[in-house]
Amino acid sequence: MEKVASRPVAEAGTPLGERLAAVGRAILPPVLGLVVLIGLWHVATHKGGSIPGPAQVWDAAVALFSDPFYRNGPNDQGIGWNVLSSLQRVGIGFGLAALVGIPLGFMLGRFAFLSSMVNPVISLLRPVSPLAWLPIGLLVFKKADPAATWTIFICSIWPMIMNTAQGVQRVPQDYLNVARVLALSEWKIVTRILFPAVLPYMLTGIRLSIGTAWLVIVAAEMLTGGVGIGFWVWDEWNNLKVEHIIIAIFVIGVVGLILEQALILLARKLTKESS
Amino acid sequence: MEKFVQIEKVGQTFDTKKGKFVALRDIDLTIRKGEFIALIGHSGCGKSTLLNLIAGLALPTTGVLLCDGREIAGPGPERAVVFQNHSLLPWLTCFENVYLAVERVFSGREGKAKLKERTAAAIGLVGLDHASSKYPHEISGGMKQRVGIARALSMEPKVLLMDEPFGALDALTRARLQDELMKICEATRATTVMVTHDVDEAVLLSDRIVMMTNGPAATIGEILEVDLPRPRQRLTLAHDPAYIDCRAAVLEFLYEKQAHVEKLAA
Repeated sequence: MEKVASRPVAEAGTPLGERLAAVGRAILPPVLGLVVLIGLWHVATHKGGSIPGPAQVWDAAVALFSDPFYRNGPNDQGIGWNVLSSLQRVGIGFGLAALVGIPLGFMLGRFAFLSSMVNPVISLLRPVSPLAWLPIGLLVFKKADPAATWTIFICSIWPMIMNTAQGVQRVPQDYLNVARVLALSEWKIVTRILFPAVLPYMLTGIRLSIGTAWLVIVAAEMLTGGVGIGFWVWDEWNNLKVEHIIIAIFVIGVVGLILEQALILLARKLTKESS
Repeated sequence: MEKFVQIEKVGQTFDTKKGKFVALRDIDLTIRKGEFIALIGHSGCGKSTLLNLIAGLALPTTGVLLCDGREIAGPGPERAVVFQNHSLLPWLTCFENVYLAVERVFSGREGKAKLKERTAAAIGLVGLDHASSKYPHEISGGMKQRVGIARALSMEPKVLLMDEPFGALDALTRARLQDELMKICEATRATTVMVTHDVDEAVLLSDRIVMMTNGPAATIGEILEVDLPRPRQRLTLAHDPAYIDCRAAVLEFLYEKQAHVEKLAA
């Protein structure tokens, strides 16, 4: 297979045709993948049945996205509102997890005693599905909305603690020796050595967390109801609007992809500045 | 003769899974102010351990180390270290790496402008003005090592400690940096201790060569005075009988008297 990356970057002098060909080589495979997916979907559904075909879903999507932000009472809102309220829950739960998890991770990485004290507890709790925590959230908060946020908090916090702690433990001894020889203050050690050294690990933790959070929110909202993309899926199942369920699957996928890419972009920008 | 660094009856024992491991024993050494000392020996002979003891990065199991009349109880900027693998912080530019050290040592007494001036001067000393705003990954291995030296020199240390600073470099770059280091040491009159496994480097640079026996339980085998006039030129020295004698003496020590290298110590 020919590697596009090994070719020299297109310069102003490159003929237009060649540049178009390069763009084509980059775009063609993903487009082809999508076309194959939709083709298979069409073949599987064109004889009719309970699953709608691509054309029907397309028509439903055009109708749906023509007015994404309508409000007809608490249980009937546009898809835009549903996505936004899911994102809001993820944002709050995830933000709180970062506020607690990152400092905790730093402490676990720095103090061996604390780490051997807390690690067994984390190992015990981490494999538990976050949804198992939902009843506890409902019990404590007496409301569906904070309970859903609570499950997001629980599922996001583990990767952040683990990755931050690992990052702190992996700060090269050389850098710490530099700090010791210079006799740097604790503040300088944290800002000039620990934080930049741990940042890539922290960003990995954040990316894993937000991926899991977006997976979990759909399931959590199916159970709690209210407004949100997960609840919307369940609602449309009750209404037997299967086109809408398929649209929701695409929307959830696209939002997840955007979150992931945004964080990768952020990580690249930050590590470029600091490496 | 001024005793500047005194190492008295120093021994170092490590606790390992297999029990106690005696790395160093009975080290006695006095270093004069402005002297250039090379520590040489086979790998595993504890020369880096001895350097770390002078740096204060490790504390001796027995004996005592003094620097300028005071006991060495921990690392500090008056004993600057040039690390084997440069140890520059990759997220700081060359200038910022050196500035971190300058700021730590002089910020109590001097303003920002003066600190920046000092940093620029240290970088100029190793001939890297043009690379000052580059990040470590953008420059070559030899340049990184020069920034490491600039960082150490910028602190105006009482003692400059170097742990095989040119070990990872190619022969040509190493020779150029040795020449630069000789000039810098003559200009700054820095007291220097350098760990090396390169016989030519040891003879070319040092006033005295401390030769260590094989580990475990390594100690000082012989000390060779290198009585060659300064400034030294590597080309003229190559045919100098005194230089050739020194070189032969070190080689003889390493390959005849200490030829048997313990597998344990490797």
